[in-house]
Amino acid sequence: MKLLTHNMLTSHVKGVTKGYPLLIKATEVTVREVEFNPEFVSRMIPKLEWSALVQAADWIGHLQDLPTELVTDYEKNEDFLRKVHRVLLEVEVLEGCLQCPESGREFPISRGVPNMLLNEDEA
Amino acid sequence: MSFSCRRPEHMAPPEIFYNEVEAKKYSQNSRMIEIQSQMSERAVELLNLTEDQPCFLLDVGCGSGLSGDNLSEEGHFWVGVDISTAMLDVALEREVKGDLVLGDMGQGMPFRPGTFDGCISISALQWLCNADKKTHSPHKRLYTFFSTLYSALARGARAVFQIYPENSEQLELITSQAMKAGFSGGMVVDYPNSTKAKKFFLCLFAGVLSVTLPKGLGAETAERGVPNQVQFTGQRFRFKNMKGKSAKKSKDWILEKKERRRRQGREVRADTKYTGRHRRPKF
Repeated sequence: MKLLTHNMLTSHVKGVTKGYPLLIKATEVTVREVEFNPEFVSRMIPKLEWSALVQAADWIGHLQDLPTELVTDYEKNEDFLRKVHRVLLEVEVLEGCLQCPESGREFPISRGVPNMLLNEDEA
Repeated sequence: MSFSCRRPEHMAPPEIFYNEVEAKKYSQNSRMIEIQSQMSERAVELLNLTEDQPCFLLDVGCGSGLSGDNLSEEGHFWVGVDISTAMLDVALEREVKGDLVLGDMGQGMPFRPGTFDGCISISALQWLCNADKKTHSPHKRLYTFFSTLYSALARGARAVFQIYPENSEQLELITSQAMKAGFSGGMVVDYPNSTKAKKFFLCLFAGVLSVTLPKGLGAETAERGVPNQVQFTGQRFRFKNMKGKSAKKSKDWILEKKERRRRQGREVRADTKYTGRHRRPKF
């Protein structure tokens, strides 16, 4: 699971109103190279929840030197876009679990695929 | 209710039907791969994305990621959701570029509002119309799916679903739930005159008004939405039409046959002055 997906995922357990951001408890993290696409990264930045991204990167130990505040004028700042690209698309959580901040429900991640299936009483 | 063994959704729930054996077919059977990629190509076309702009898309029922490959080729990034672990394993083996999530459509899409620029789904929606468990209610599951999808899409985004509807009631059920969730749009039927090549695409728009639905391929002659008035044609009624079919092997017969095959979406040579012309007797 890439951090881009994590940034978009919410908990959809019944009764949870703001199941976001999901806590990451990673046991295995990998970095897989992905082609850099500055246009896509700068298109995605306004959609991101920046604080959640920084927090997620910190949890899995890939924060490096990502600024905690979003840089203004990021479209032309290639250095910054590359950093975001790395955190967003190259770092992947392979094993571990996601936890809903509200209900505490855990969603296991295996082989990089988060299991978001709910039990019948939760749907 | 009719029971048919030809429809996979009548056999078992999707997470059981798509086991290792079935999933293997999607990576080995070249016919299946070809059909899947053709349909996803058409679905992407119907999405009508802005050209040369990398988009973030959702693939519902991504399976082994064949449809996602098409998206990656066009330079888009995607997230795939599927309920079958076996299919997702095949996708992992194939090292697809998109991110995968194991999830059930009927439980809703667990994404933040306004995330995706579009959504495609190939042959997945009809699975929602079945109640596989005691607690399943197709109406409710379809509504949950559509309403969460609506919020997960950016305003002005489209969602294209390729489906094999079983009957008109099923189609009605799907579209009514989609409209209830706030979508506008409707069905696009490709090659409506052919039984084999006919394909149904449900095109939904999130938060846009006054968009015209795209035309189905090979559907020029099959106007469905004709108002209930007789259309006026200046054409004189040909006498031969009243006599029924034209004589076999005649020029008219050949032209009619070619026209029919064209409507079915098959490859047909263009009509020229040589079409159906007899050879000289002394050839």
